Amino acid sequence: MVKQLRPAVFMLVILTLITGIIYPLVVTGIAQVLFPSQANGSLLGDNAQPLGSALVGQANNDSRYFWPRPSATGYGTLPSGGSNLGPTSAALAELVGQRATAFRIANGLATDASVPVEMLFASASGLDPHISPEAARMQVARVAAARGLDVSRVAVLVEEHVEGPQLGFLGQPRVNVLLLNMTLDRLQ
Amino acid sequence: MTPLEFAQVFFYFGLLVICTPLLGGYMKQVFDGERNLLSPLFRPIEELIYRLSGVHPELGQNWRQYTLALLIFNVLGFLVLFLLQLLQGRLPLNPEKLSGVEPFLAFNTATSFMTNTNWQAYAGETTLSQLSQMLGLGAQNFLSAATGIAVVLALTRGLARRSTAELGNFWADLVRAILYVLLPLALILAIILVSQGVVQNFNTNVTATTLTGETQVLPQGPAASQIAIKQLGTNGGGFFNTNSSHPFENPTPLSNFLEMFSILLISASLTNTYGRMVGSARQGWVIFAAMLILMIGLLSIMFVSEYATNPVMGVAGTMEGKETRFGIANSILWGSATTSASNGSVNAMHSSFSPLAGGVALLNILLGEVIFGGVGAGLYGMLVFVILTVFIAGLMVGRTPEYLGKKIEAHEVKMATLAVLLPAASILLFTGLASIVDSGLSSRLNAGPHGFSEILYAYASATGNNGSGFAGLNANTPFYNLTLGLALWLGRFGVIIPVMAIAGSMAGKAIAPRTAGTFPTDQPLFVGLLIAVVLVVGGLTFFPALSLGPIVEQFLMSAGRGL
Repeated sequence: MVKQLRPAVFMLVILTLITGIIYPLVVTGIAQVLFPSQANGSLLGDNAQPLGSALVGQANNDSRYFWPRPSATGYGTLPSGGSNLGPTSAALAELVGQRATAFRIANGLATDASVPVEMLFASASGLDPHISPEAARMQVARVAAARGLDVSRVAVLVEEHVEGPQLGFLGQPRVNVLLLNMTLDRLQ
Repeated sequence: MTPLEFAQVFFYFGLLVICTPLLGGYMKQVFDGERNLLSPLFRPIEELIYRLSGVHPELGQNWRQYTLALLIFNVLGFLVLFLLQLLQGRLPLNPEKLSGVEPFLAFNTATSFMTNTNWQAYAGETTLSQLSQMLGLGAQNFLSAATGIAVVLALTRGLARRSTAELGNFWADLVRAILYVLLPLALILAIILVSQGVVQNFNTNVTATTLTGETQVLPQGPAASQIAIKQLGTNGGGFFNTNSSHPFENPTPLSNFLEMFSILLISASLTNTYGRMVGSARQGWVIFAAMLILMIGLLSIMFVSEYATNPVMGVAGTMEGKETRFGIANSILWGSATTSASNGSVNAMHSSFSPLAGGVALLNILLGEVIFGGVGAGLYGMLVFVILTVFIAGLMVGRTPEYLGKKIEAHEVKMATLAVLLPAASILLFTGLASIVDSGLSSRLNAGPHGFSEILYAYASATGNNGSGFAGLNANTPFYNLTLGLALWLGRFGVIIPVMAIAGSMAGKAIAPRTAGTFPTDQPLFVGLLIAVVLVVGGLTFFPALSLGPIVEQFLMSAGRGL
């Protein structure tokens, strides 16, 4: 037992040093040189007063903007969180009904119009920056009216912000809501 | 499912089949101490580590010495991590001025990382300082993964060698696993992850002013380095609370694919290393095939269930707890990989999966984390089932069971049974206890069978050293931190010690020549038998519990009844 203690202590110290200090420092060094913007949170706006991150969604229910998905934390980041409501949760079913009605009314849709499914359910992180292209298209009329812009102009903007699957086959087509909204603001 | 989604799943498994022999062959060279690709770089460092620690890597240890070294090393690691969390308030690299972690939570988290589980009772961004994350959790991510690899190497040598007591040297296996396998892979993955947007810095949190004039705090820290190893080492503990669904932890479909691929990469490749080390690549492929077939079969059930209409919500394919950039297919594929492989990281909330998809995720864990499983742990777990299968096949044909030319006798079967029964007892007894005491029941978020599933999933996840959860359960209470912590110890060392005992007794046996009566273990028939044994043992043990949870819930959902 005592004979094994010395290697155990030394191994723990040395290997902790390598994996817990040297390794993260090396990664940080390389990351900060090669990809400084990404490594620091893909911040938008000027450094002193950032607007947010290109990767993290923001709460928004202003009719002049496109709206993101529902969030269990209201886009709070400390900590991030999903609802964890189960597939037979009556509370969730009620929320889904409310969200569908609210989305239809706000965007002037028929009472039986189908609403894109991600607009009915909260994301896993509560920080999902994306919605589907359909969900963005359905909001065009409302945003254009609120801003006094031409509908076709806003529609073109949405299409410009549609990202296809990465490398042509990974993931889902999507629209980054914050980036789209920032472009809208720059129009005026 | 769209053709595009099918293509992603196909590409995933195709790449796994291609990489298995490549990495498997490389790891064989590493663990046999042969010259390899990275020897010029790491050989001097390796020798320096041995010299400083007073270790003689060529000195073989018998199973007791090997196990003792492993236990001492792990207990020490646990103590360091435990103290580090308690004292983090007074230590450097704590830009958010977080105070020391509460003792029950610190006990749970230290146990969980030492046992390669990474159950998250903590929320990274609000509980742990950068030092605790990096030096504590980050280091244990490597050390616990290397420990799992070491155990399977000892067992492999026990099966391959004849008439000896020596199973190799624990310290050499540990150092080689970290230097030659885990570190280089993690370094490459971490850099690619940063290029996709995973944060890697030592900054304080950034406060942003949003478009609508509100403030949003953007958490920072050395995340990429830790996320890379948490995926590769089948650890799974997130830098952020919502793990790999968090945009800073998994920002793009490419980062998602690579993180998801890393979950299975080493575990799958180890089957090939095993085959080469016992002198027959086919023996490795037989185990790989059984794992792959089990995984794809169970994954198919998850897909069918998740895309079906949920009458309670009135929607087909719900997106609750899923991210838009990944969609349903990538959320389910990840859910399958992470529960098969005892990784436990998530990119979607398992609690919000459809009843059968969540139920299969739970079943993957209950089957003993042997479908690829944790690095090392999955393979030694599967080898326990191989021994049981050989034994049962031997009973059926009335011959002495043999595996790789060695007789399987009463001692090995007893130990294998113990390795299956101890975790099962831990899961069922703790779940039973938590289901009748107030301190267990009061933590549930969901009502009815889903609430029971939350509890069952928690103890399955802890005992199986998985670490994912039906996260509605508030597990950060003294009751859960303590009982889940005990389940973690039982699930890890309740398997490792019997496995090491098997390794010891197998090493001492002579190899009998192959005769016409030898039951072949490198044929498709054996793959089928092995799958059957895994399913029958897991099914018989857990069917009653599963029917109280996911199965009842499926019926409720079909009837359109919300609770």
